[in-house]
Amino acid sequence: MHPIRKQRLVLVSLMVVLSSVAIGLVAFALRDNINLFYPPADVIAGKAPTDRTIRLGGMVVEGSIERSETELDTTFWVTDYEGSVAVRYSGILPDLFAEGEGVVAEGMLDAAGTLVATQVLAKHDENYMPPEVAAALEGKTAPAERTALP
Amino acid sequence: MWTIIHKMGSPPWFFRFSGVLVRWLLPITISLLVMGAFWGLLVAPPDFRQGNSYRIIYIHVPAAVVALAGYYVMALAGAVSLIWRIKMADITMRAAAPVGAVLTAIALVTGAIWGKPTWGAWWVWDARITSMLILFFLYLGVVALFEAYENKTAAARACAVLSLVGTVNIPIIYKSVDWWYSLHQPASIKFTGESAIDSSMLYPLLLMILAFYCLFALTVLLNMRAELLWAHRESSWLKQLAGGA
Repeated sequence: MHPIRKQRLVLVSLMVVLSSVAIGLVAFALRDNINLFYPPADVIAGKAPTDRTIRLGGMVVEGSIERSETELDTTFWVTDYEGSVAVRYSGILPDLFAEGEGVVAEGMLDAAGTLVATQVLAKHDENYMPPEVAAALEGKTAPAERTALP
Repeated sequence: MWTIIHKMGSPPWFFRFSGVLVRWLLPITISLLVMGAFWGLLVAPPDFRQGNSYRIIYIHVPAAVVALAGYYVMALAGAVSLIWRIKMADITMRAAAPVGAVLTAIALVTGAIWGKPTWGAWWVWDARITSMLILFFLYLGVVALFEAYENKTAAARACAVLSLVGTVNIPIIYKSVDWWYSLHQPASIKFTGESAIDSSMLYPLLLMILAFYCLFALTVLLNMRAELLWAHRESSWLKQLAGGA
């Protein structure tokens, strides 16, 4: 290779590597802000601020959803299998909201440690399958398949 | 090997070669798109939780995949342009940028349309979606930067630097769902091990991804040909070609 071109090749490679390192360091420093939500274990450990709006993410605990008979109020527990946090929400829930499924709730923590949510989003997992396959799995290994964290 | 690369850099040779390529690629792309869309939208089974709304995957995922791959095409052309100063590399870079921008926009819009019924929100500032928006701005930035310069050689150099610096965003987009907590789900198609998507839904998806790759190649080639025609509008080889036809 011509020495000038070789020099340019080194310069181009340096440019890519250095800019990657710079942006990588910035992303590493801001990792707490890039995370969309706090897992319940962090909320219980007091890592989440209590004076402003936060997002909480995890799985809805099986059998924990309680709906009001007359209002749109719903309470449920969110877990990451290391801890659970209660969520209170008044409003319409997304179609995919269900027990044992992923959820991201936005709101403020009250004094009792319950998240008073202003928005609840369903977090869809990466599993796609036809209904027949799902029914067949449900009979055998379905619970084990779903224990992965969001 | 080297003779082919040298030929690729020659406008008259490339113009003839790309003409043949386009003639083959056009029917292949159209039939792949029709087959993939028919298979994915009508034949593939509905999803066990989302029903039919998941079918937007057949547009969303191929557009996103090719938008990422297309960026590498643009950045590599930028590197070749900086190191070897080949005009054809400038033209490739310039031709790929608007196509990539459109694909990224398709991925963002279809994602929003899917997100509303599935998640309950059109837009969430999570790592995957935000880095994808940055990719869109990078593509638009390259398009705008090219237009901002009067001197097209200087324009190509500036665009090459921008696209090379932007390459760091591609692995970030790809790994964002694994590195940070995000609302966007992790990848369903896995290169190692079993995919999280059933094979009856996976095969039409792979076909659509292939179709989008062909569509990208086709549109970039057509863009390059238009660019070449304009750049060489006064040259003798084009006049000969036009006179002969």
